[in-house]
Amino acid sequence: MALLEFFGCAFLAFGPPLAMFLLTIAKDPIRIIILIASAFFWLLSLLTSSLLWLVAVTLHSPIVVGVIFSVLFQELFRYLIYLLLRKAEVGLKKLTESDTAIITNKNILAYVSGLGFGIISGTFSLVNVLADATGPGTVGLHGDSNLFFLTSALLTLCFILLHTAWGVLFFHALDKKKYLALVWVVMSHLLVSLLTLMNSSQLYLATILPAYAVLVVTGLWAAGAAGASFTSLKKCLTSPPTTVQVRIED
Amino acid sequence: MSSPRSSTSSNPPENGASLIPNERVPSRSNTNPALQERQQIPRELSRNPVDQDELEDEEELKYGAAHVIKLFVPVSLCMMVVVATISSVTYYTQKGIYLVYTPFHEDSPDTGTKVWNAVANAAILLGVIVVMTVFLIMLYKYRCYKIIHGWLIMSSLMLLFIFAYLYLGEVLRTYNIPLDYISLLFIMWNFGVVGMIAIHWKAPLHLQQAYLIFVAALMALVFIKYLPEWTTWVVLGVISIWDLVAVLSPRGPLRILVETAQSRNEPLFPALIYSSTVAYMAVMATDQSSTSNSTSNNETAANGPRSPTDGGFTPAWNQEAEQRTEARRHRVQAAAAEAPRAAPQPQPVTEEIDDDEEERGIKLGLGDFIFYSVLVGKASSYGDWNTTIACFVAILIGLCLTLLLLAIFRKALPALPISITFGLVFYFATSKLVAPFADSLTAQQVFI
Repeated sequence: MALLEFFGCAFLAFGPPLAMFLLTIAKDPIRIIILIASAFFWLLSLLTSSLLWLVAVTLHSPIVVGVIFSVLFQELFRYLIYLLLRKAEVGLKKLTESDTAIITNKNILAYVSGLGFGIISGTFSLVNVLADATGPGTVGLHGDSNLFFLTSALLTLCFILLHTAWGVLFFHALDKKKYLALVWVVMSHLLVSLLTLMNSSQLYLATILPAYAVLVVTGLWAAGAAGASFTSLKKCLTSPPTTVQVRIED
Repeated sequence: MSSPRSSTSSNPPENGASLIPNERVPSRSNTNPALQERQQIPRELSRNPVDQDELEDEEELKYGAAHVIKLFVPVSLCMMVVVATISSVTYYTQKGIYLVYTPFHEDSPDTGTKVWNAVANAAILLGVIVVMTVFLIMLYKYRCYKIIHGWLIMSSLMLLFIFAYLYLGEVLRTYNIPLDYISLLFIMWNFGVVGMIAIHWKAPLHLQQAYLIFVAALMALVFIKYLPEWTTWVVLGVISIWDLVAVLSPRGPLRILVETAQSRNEPLFPALIYSSTVAYMAVMATDQSSTSNSTSNNETAANGPRSPTDGGFTPAWNQEAEQRTEARRHRVQAAAAEAPRAAPQPQPVTEEIDDDEEERGIKLGLGDFIFYSVLVGKASSYGDWNTTIACFVAILIGLCLTLLLLAIFRKALPALPISITFGLVFYFATSKLVAPFADSLTAQQVFI
């Protein structure tokens, strides 16, 4: 049972991100490097918030303080990686002549760095839980909810996808100077994170439903910002990939 | 552990500006005399007019990222083997037996005593490494190739047979799988012989790379098991400093080795280096040599208790390499006539300007693989996956930065210092600072 639960939760949380990675990122080395770099930035933000949390703990502050500051630090570091990527763009242009998509479509960089944030944050929240899921212990004997692993996995997935959407929206907002989207990113991040505080009192539905609602809103907004529309979606689903034939003349 | 791991070398084509300097390996034959020769041409000579340079730079960049990934994959694989072993096979985390080079066992509960024990152990180990490195260089300088090759073959033999045998035994024990001695003998013989052939002679590229990765992982496991707790951390720090000195200082042993090899127009010990392209063929000048040296040193150092196994496998290559070198020499002589040869370059930079280059690759010393894996493996031995992942990401980023520097400086660079520094910082930061925070978050299912 424990092993089944382990695999179930692991694939629930990391299956979709894994698919996204394999389909959209794995083929392009530069995207992989940017993914790892953004993961590194997320780690730095976590490190800063942990430092602050260490101080807060000695002052007996509740965990809310740590959560708020870590959300703010994450957004700060998202801004830093935005600056870094925009600066590096000139170099990237040289780097990726073979792959012009990354230059012409700025959303790709945003998507990759958002996914990098999401994957590392999801990993950090779930990996130790998963390691314990294989047993030999079991959850729920003392009146705790035995949905612990399942909800953790669901929320992890939600956060990974949210981070991806936040990444796209955040970069878009800064590029186009649409600060409403920027405010939405920070506020919704804060909101969802604070909502998860209710998990400790096992109000799982009260956490998960709003979190996924925010995900849908943010995801749609990000997709719209990146230029998606019903027609483009339909086109991408129905029409076969086009092959361009190039004639080589000798 | 020693020195060498210097690593990443790339021989950047002179023009390449990319992250990764690459070496271009001649396509068809390993030994391309021409390459070597070209390497020796001082860069300035070889430089073309600026515009062309720039064009080439751009071209290089395109390949750069792909080569970074070609190193990421094997490094990650090596770490994965080590982490998987450490977290499932308890044998490698049990303490009790130590290398002879680490006489102080940190048994005392007193922190001060532990610290000086660790420092003393690390100093002894480093001393051994330095002595072995110098010894190797003397052998090389006075052309005692037979001894070096014998040494390398012996070590690879022991690593592939004895350590692999112990490893297999422990894995079988952990998973409670019975195996009769006849099958075991059959498996070990085939594994070892194929490994020797793949490492020292020739084999499909992927097979060869797999053996190199496995051997590096085995060596890392040996270090994790036989070094006392704190000593491991001190050794990691000390080694990366030594790496820096040995590769970069004007009289650094690895640098001397590289220069000697260059002036002789021969590849050093190609076996100790992982190449993203065809390894054994690479004619590499600098990096390889440095790496190999280091590896060998490491091996020697490591062997202490059991055997000098570690580095071994690589050496074998040398033999092969020798033959190639000879062939190369012939060609080089021919080539030399046409190309104005500059005085041997003092720098380890290998440049090649090849017309027929087809592949460019980066080389990373196996020693680098070993110490990266030691760091990650050691981090995972405490059971906190967050720490392991943080170290992994930090090392990859360090490797990226090293490759970036490589692209800028285009000479052999030590691959340990940046990565290991990042790894150490993230290990201690994550386990002491982040873990309490992350644990309280996960316990309450709070997501950030």
